[in-house]
Amino acid sequence: MYAIIVGAGKVGRNLARELMSKGHEVTLLESSRQCYLAIEEEFEHAAQYGDATELWVLERAGIQRADLVIAVTGDDEDNILVCQVAKEKYLCDRVIARVNNPRNHDHFRLLGIQPAVSATDLILRLIEHEVPRYGLVHLLALEEERLEIIELEVSADAPTVGLRVADIALPEGSLIISVLRDGTGFVPKPDTVIEAGDEVLLVLDPGLEDAITAYFSPNGQPAAL
Amino acid sequence: MFVLIVGAGRVGSAVAKSALAAGHEVSVLDEDPLSHERLDAGQDKSWEDSGGQFTVGTALEMDALIQAGIERADVFIASTAGDNTNLVIAQIAQKRFDVEKTIVRVMDPARASWYGEQGLHTISPTKHAIEMFERALELEPERV
Repeated sequence: MYAIIVGAGKVGRNLARELMSKGHEVTLLESSRQCYLAIEEEFEHAAQYGDATELWVLERAGIQRADLVIAVTGDDEDNILVCQVAKEKYLCDRVIARVNNPRNHDHFRLLGIQPAVSATDLILRLIEHEVPRYGLVHLLALEEERLEIIELEVSADAPTVGLRVADIALPEGSLIISVLRDGTGFVPKPDTVIEAGDEVLLVLDPGLEDAITAYFSPNGQPAAL
Repeated sequence: MFVLIVGAGRVGSAVAKSALAAGHEVSVLDEDPLSHERLDAGQDKSWEDSGGQFTVGTALEMDALIQAGIERADVFIASTAGDNTNLVIAQIAQKRFDVEKTIVRVMDPARASWYGEQGLHTISPTKHAIEMFERALELEPERV
């Protein structure tokens, strides 16, 4: 695979190293002369100096044959435009953009830049995961496919405690895909019995969270530890 | 007509003053409060007394755009110092707020052409400068 990475900050450099060590071809583009000189020694011909929002810089980097463009500069407008041009002008179908200010996330979505990764959002998700205050954790949202994967801790007063998976009439558009119990996870069979303290992973259509929470954690609180 | 101009530099402020003088309703958004001085320069009355509106805020912030009146703008002009900012906010004006006429300043001639083909009304001062130099020197135009 050939990947163009725009922005040679910490994120860009580490992504480049990682992809190269997996045998992929990488070009790392950097628009600051000073930063470029600092990475040139390590990355040699894989590093190029230039402003990737300019078309000729992308063309010099071989955008026409790129399989993937990753825009991870510290500037959201730059990241949006690099991805937009890569997608729409050079027909590169896989782009990944970094969102620096989470409030700009909507702009990425509006202009069709997906996936857009925001460190703040990721850390918030991790915090939710570590501190399951609301009982429900979003593990993954597949926005284009309109699916989500969530994790819920089963509380002692949940109506599903003691029921077999086959007997739980979940709303249309949701499915239990995994149960975590005593530190190990398994894929439930129809006769698996749900216990208080289990963590259940479900895949569901967006918008079903509240309905699902009522089945496993009616008060929105995790089971007493 | 209600004209919203983002970026009150030399170009933005001059266009704002002409539009106001022509009887249009004009709102200007700029992140630098001092840019207001450019709107007052050379005028008898202050910008506000002449009927102009001025908002301090960053162009990419929805709140600032809404405060500046983007929801009822008939014309949106993106004339900040950054091409990338201009191109992004112009597309937001067009796609999110359905502003009828969106005009963007893009210094880079290559992208001005391409985004022009995508339906944005782009103006590239660089392209005009090149053409004028070429004409002054009686050269064949260079293909950008």
